[in-house]
Amino acid sequence: MDEIAFPGRARRSDMRRRFLPVLPALTLVVMLGPVIAGLYGTVLPAFGHLPAAGLSGPTLDPWRALFDWPGIGRAVALSVTVGMGATVTALTLVMLLTAGWSGTRAFKALERLLSPLLSVPHAAAAFGLAFLIAPSGWIARATSPWLTGWDRPPDLLIVQDGWGLSMMAGLIIKEVPFLLLMTLAALGQSDASRAALVSQSLGYGRVTGWLKAVFPRVYRQIRLPVYVTLAYAMSVVDVALILGPNTPAPLSVQIVRWMSDPEIAARLVGAAGALLQLGLVVAALLVWWMGERVVARLGCLWVESGARGRLDRPVAAVGLGGGALSAAAVLLGLAVLTVWSFAAYWGFPDVLPDGLTFANWERHLRGVVAAATDTVLIASPVVAVAVVLTIGCLEAEYRHGLTLSQRGMWLLYLPLLIPQVAFLPGFQIFLLNMGADTGHLPVMVAHLVFVLPYVFLSLADPFRAWDARVGTVAAALGASPNRVLWGVRLPMLLRPVLTAMAVGIAVSVGQYLPTLLIGGGRVATLTTEAVALSSGGDRRAIGVFGLIQTAAALVPFALALAIPAIVWRNRKGLRHG
Amino acid sequence: MRHLAILATFLPGMALAQTDPADWEAVTEAAEGQTVFWNAWGGSTTTNSFILWVAERVNEDYGVTLEHVKLTDTADAVTRVLAEKQAGEDDDGAIDMIWINGANFAAMKEQDLLFGPFAEQLPNWQYVDVDGKTVQTDFTVPVDGYEAPWAMAQVVFDYDSEDVSPMGSMQEILEWSKANPGRFTYPQPPDFLGTTVLKQILVDVLDDPAVLQEPATDANYDDVTAPLWAYLDELTPTLWRGGEAYPPTGTAMFPLIADDEIDLSISFSPGAASAAIANNELPPSVRTFVLDKGTIGNASFVAIPYNSGSKEGAMVVANFLMSPEAQVRAQDPDVLGYGTVLDVASLPDGDRAAFEALDLGIATLSPEELGTVQAEPHPSWMTRIADDWARRYGVSQ
Repeated sequence: MDEIAFPGRARRSDMRRRFLPVLPALTLVVMLGPVIAGLYGTVLPAFGHLPAAGLSGPTLDPWRALFDWPGIGRAVALSVTVGMGATVTALTLVMLLTAGWSGTRAFKALERLLSPLLSVPHAAAAFGLAFLIAPSGWIARATSPWLTGWDRPPDLLIVQDGWGLSMMAGLIIKEVPFLLLMTLAALGQSDASRAALVSQSLGYGRVTGWLKAVFPRVYRQIRLPVYVTLAYAMSVVDVALILGPNTPAPLSVQIVRWMSDPEIAARLVGAAGALLQLGLVVAALLVWWMGERVVARLGCLWVESGARGRLDRPVAAVGLGGGALSAAAVLLGLAVLTVWSFAAYWGFPDVLPDGLTFANWERHLRGVVAAATDTVLIASPVVAVAVVLTIGCLEAEYRHGLTLSQRGMWLLYLPLLIPQVAFLPGFQIFLLNMGADTGHLPVMVAHLVFVLPYVFLSLADPFRAWDARVGTVAAALGASPNRVLWGVRLPMLLRPVLTAMAVGIAVSVGQYLPTLLIGGGRVATLTTEAVALSSGGDRRAIGVFGLIQTAAALVPFALALAIPAIVWRNRKGLRHG
Repeated sequence: MRHLAILATFLPGMALAQTDPADWEAVTEAAEGQTVFWNAWGGSTTTNSFILWVAERVNEDYGVTLEHVKLTDTADAVTRVLAEKQAGEDDDGAIDMIWINGANFAAMKEQDLLFGPFAEQLPNWQYVDVDGKTVQTDFTVPVDGYEAPWAMAQVVFDYDSEDVSPMGSMQEILEWSKANPGRFTYPQPPDFLGTTVLKQILVDVLDDPAVLQEPATDANYDDVTAPLWAYLDELTPTLWRGGEAYPPTGTAMFPLIADDEIDLSISFSPGAASAAIANNELPPSVRTFVLDKGTIGNASFVAIPYNSGSKEGAMVVANFLMSPEAQVRAQDPDVLGYGTVLDVASLPDGDRAAFEALDLGIATLSPEELGTVQAEPHPSWMTRIADDWARRYGVSQ
């Protein structure tokens, strides 16, 4: 097709040429606009300024009230210890696992589990874990009374323990697969296998050699995802509601409580708390950053010492054991959710219910269908917009050389680094002041903030790794840039594009706080329903909703694998994008 | 002409806002086609199913679409209305009806956030048991028609009859808990059932609980509540998990009984235990008891925010909730097991027969067995007690 023969088309592509360079800026606005609006809406009330309610600041009263709250010390401590503990543990496990086992059959097996593990929403994984480790959980049931001697559950504080250990565990089992995925992507870009080979040929143990030669390069690549993990773990709400302590609760949960208190003064305290949470996360990131220097310095000394590593085997075993344990916790958790969803009466210490029944599913079917509909209605347009913006940005980068600098990467990660509780309540106030009604559209806008970065991160590498020579050949054959994109590049990238969509859907399905706060309660997705049910303690209902919530995130991943295999069944070279 | 056009733009809004609750025909006419967002606690699956049924029925009879907005906390709804008032959203807020508790009702009524009076103008009000049930005051605050009752609640203790027997006073429960540590707990205040437990303790340990009917004052608060704190100081170390963790809500205690983690819990709905047994959530050995001096009781109400855009639809739903049809279904232990607000004796024969034919369930006490209903204290007590509880026990260690 010759463009000159079709003036209309030429004009269109002209427009696109002008439109395309604008896309990166538009993407940033879509992604960062709500964050900035939200922070603005948080800062003013935190200093007592809420003109709509007849309050004008600035005053430090909200801060005084915040620090007067008797639980503040422990709530802050919990936020820090749980966040740091979960991140350090998850990162250590992933590094040891990769160091000791990458390339082995055991590692391949874990790799295959990665997509399903990743797509299990945090809330569902937390429910599953709670049903496993509670004193009346599956583990206690399986070992009672023959091993433990318990014929009634022991009075032990396991779930909701004051140290937040079970909450930490709930975060770790979800962060391990996330960091492992990021590490796998980084391995390919850091010439890891050759470095490992050289170090091993120099007599270094597998783990020691990897830690000395490969880890520094890999860590540089996964640094931002590690920061995201830290920020998330410090400020998570849904996992804290399910597994976290409640005397007092972690700071994030308390902020949400203040924000929903009928007393208007409490909302100011909540805004101050939100800023405190933000400050905590920033401080923790700084501490982490300094820790990086310390580790780097110590690491250099260790490298220079030339030690070949004598503890390799036990250390590698810890890595594999931890990785396998966290995978098993998620999968067994899903299994116990499934059993509960079909359970008739199920007393302690029976390993299985008295009977299986469809009654629970029948009872909740209508609710599940309604919530699933809302979930899909929100996720689909959000993911579509995210994918279009992402491809637009990447194509603009390809055609016009608008590459993201290191600073640009920070912008991309910003919505994931700023705690949700710090800006979502402010964004809610902002939307209200703008006169935007609650409902699906604002929720979609809020979801997009979190979906976009993940879609971008998921698609960027395969998109950039595409062999540009194919494009050159196509152009030489007379194809316009658009035709190269639609006719050559995207079909070849079918699998990564579908995977990015699946990632986006999983992220959207898992969103709790944005749906709850911005939806004003009118938007009920599988996640908000499941977490709301958790307060009622009906395990059969939680089982039903948790499973469907997991399926909503998992099925797109399965499709992302299946569709390319079917479409390209006779085009082997295209199957792996 | 121009004036007419301006008038026309105002008229529909005015008509919407000013339908007289007493003009039932006009109400139902305006209600048809409206969507009512009912904000109600969403943690109980039996309640959720009941609300779905209500939605079907009002849609059939009145063409009103009812959507259940499931809350984790009623206060969420109050916040929402408040935020809308601040933002100037006075005509069509997100909430059309709230299942509201006494403290939130008092707060919203005081701040003029409620529509009304409407409740006593509704057609089904004629059957409501105004004399026998506390439907005209809510936590001692006069209702004045600003909310409509739809269920009666009374504190009952759920116990596993295989492990314990009924007890007659809070003091007896304390002795039992000391002898059997870890077998009792209550929902964490400010959950409404959790604060109800605190009030129940106070009402039971005070020689004369009449003082609680007046607002708490700085002068008498410490003295009056001293026995409560003394009681809790003794009780807390003997609670489930040593009082370091509490279940978030009342229904969250059912699985604890089913797992045999605890033997005694508390419920605000005399029929809830029977309903939970029917759903496999509780073992069949669970029964209920009340205290010798009686237990606290109150009515559940629905209120309509001042800025609802579907007030007529909400009134239709509120009226349907008070209908014999809905009331007999709510009292069925297989459905909800809630007490009725109606005076059954005053009902037409067919409806009365339906109530009399109900099997209240194996664990439900009869109205006679439920005994004396103790009045709810003034909300000022509850607010202060809940705050103090958080200070003393809510941040343990």
